[in-house]
Amino acid sequence: MAQVKPQIVFDPWNDPKAKPLIQCRSITKRFGDFTAIDTIDLNIYEKEFFALLGPSGCGKTTLMRMLAGFETPTEGKITIDGQDVAQVPPNKRAVNMMFQSYALFPHLSVWENIAFGLKREHAPKERIEERVAEMLRLTRLEKFARRKPHQISGGQRQRVALARSLAKAPKLLLLDEPLGALDKKLRQDTQFELMDIQERTGTTFVIVTHDQEEAMTVASRVAVMNAGEIMQIATPADIYEQPNSVYVADFIGDVNIIEGNASPVSGGPEGAISIAYGEGQDPVQAIATSPVTEGAKVFYAIRPEKITVSHQPDPDRANHAFGKIIDIAYLGNISTYRVQLANGQLISATMTNARRLERRAFTWEDEVWLSWTRTAGVVLTK
Amino acid sequence: MNKRLSWFNVTSLSLGFAFLYLPMLILIFYSFNASKLVTVWAGFSTKWYVALMHDQPFLDAAWVTLKIAVSSSTLATVLGTMAAITLVRMGRFPGRTLFSGMIYAPLVMPDVITGLSLLLLFIAIGLDRGIFTIMLAHTTFSMCYVSVVVSSRLLTFDRSLEEASMDLGASAFTTFRLVTLPIILPAVVSGWLLAFTLSLDDLVIASFTTGPSSTTLPIKIFSAVRLGVSPEINALSTLMITVVAVGVVSASLISKRAIIKQRREEQEGERV
Repeated sequence: MAQVKPQIVFDPWNDPKAKPLIQCRSITKRFGDFTAIDTIDLNIYEKEFFALLGPSGCGKTTLMRMLAGFETPTEGKITIDGQDVAQVPPNKRAVNMMFQSYALFPHLSVWENIAFGLKREHAPKERIEERVAEMLRLTRLEKFARRKPHQISGGQRQRVALARSLAKAPKLLLLDEPLGALDKKLRQDTQFELMDIQERTGTTFVIVTHDQEEAMTVASRVAVMNAGEIMQIATPADIYEQPNSVYVADFIGDVNIIEGNASPVSGGPEGAISIAYGEGQDPVQAIATSPVTEGAKVFYAIRPEKITVSHQPDPDRANHAFGKIIDIAYLGNISTYRVQLANGQLISATMTNARRLERRAFTWEDEVWLSWTRTAGVVLTK
Repeated sequence: MNKRLSWFNVTSLSLGFAFLYLPMLILIFYSFNASKLVTVWAGFSTKWYVALMHDQPFLDAAWVTLKIAVSSSTLATVLGTMAAITLVRMGRFPGRTLFSGMIYAPLVMPDVITGLSLLLLFIAIGLDRGIFTIMLAHTTFSMCYVSVVVSSRLLTFDRSLEEASMDLGASAFTTFRLVTLPIILPAVVSGWLLAFTLSLDDLVIASFTTGPSSTTLPIKIFSAVRLGVSPEINALSTLMITVVAVGVVSASLISKRAIIKQRREEQEGERV
């Protein structure tokens, strides 16, 4: 088990020999004139916890419903475990789904809900009893087996839905916004519970969510979607640190986007460029991962926590900008300063509140220096 | 609720209810009359009920009526439920508007027209008129009532329940049997009761489609009254009023309770 030994990295997507469990080849789905999914290619590997992340209406649910078999792609091919599933109806797929509304059968008890799928494959009675008991144990629902869905809490219902969809030990479990109906605290606990269950059962999970924090927390890889297209597929860390577009950078967390014109710097480290972005502003020193031509328009994306605020420019850092604090958002552990530069550009910088509030070094209207290193941000061309 | 009824409200209310229920109350009252003369009160008695129990033609008619009501309402429930599911579930298919319009048309079609057209059909295809033709005729007009009741329940039905069932390996038919039907059952039952009472008291359509050996109770009463109203008929009518009232009231109670229960479960769901 790769997951339990942290020294072994779980990254089948980097292994050219690994065979993906799910392959989507040029999938397109149209509803009339509306294109919900536009030529998507996607590989999901066994034991992955894969997140489809995007705003509502981006096509993530449609993609998931195609994996479950409730929609058929207009064009393209989906294979699950090497089998083309175009003609396979949902009740014949080794795929189970946990619905956003949980879709628990209101007239059946918790026990009967979990046993529903096992009964459909005519498993022997002892086997059903055993498996349901195991699922109840896994989701800590032993005490509620005889209750009806309306007699238990929202969090318990969510666990019944999970237990029911795991009972048949599917190759692939699809989760449609599984935690949307829970409040924040319960959601965070459940996220860790989900990860734990996923590791213990070794099932491949595909989760649909619009909550970027949730995707970052649970997933081994995240696909960021927008308007029926996949913008980027990468690990949560890469999505955050190496977004490939302004859209992805902006969708995941907070980011400052500085728009400017690039020019290569000779003599610096490989890929070094400077970005001129405003009259009287020192150009941003950055590293471009792909070659840029002289004067090309680029977007420089930098996260607020990578910028320090100080009274004097930090000599260890390559980039400096002078500005005035116009707003402070105090969040307890951190504060975000919104600083306006001389050219009008607004930059957010986040500082840890290591000292008590009354000892804070900066306040509104203070003139401060922002500093960040050459490698702190990423250069984007779209 | 401290709004007091004005004299106008009281008057209109009593007039309305008198209009609706006075004839029936008089009928029920005189069914317990000891006198043979219908409109002359001569003390309380249940002898007409006893006499009714020994009146074979009436009992035969009652038996025919019951057979027709049970079979036609059952058939109408099956067909009406199927029609409702098709209309609500299948989305847009060619001819859907036409189909749904045609399902509901018999609701407003005059009974005489329905009866006459069915009679012409039965003659045209050479079907001997009798219990069977009345049963078919009653099924025809009561299935639209069933489909109205059932489709209103299906509209509030969460489709993901059916998808979840399919996802867990159930075929379309198993899904219907184990998930859809148990959940919509109250609506189906109240549809059945509605169809049952409609069939029980129908005179017009039955008299068009009846045959020699298949006199239903309403037909029997109607023809008996032409020879003069006997207290026995009052007794019989009182019994019929009771059966129909019980049917209609329980149909509406069943569907109302199902709605209340569903709401309560939803509210509890939000609270816990």
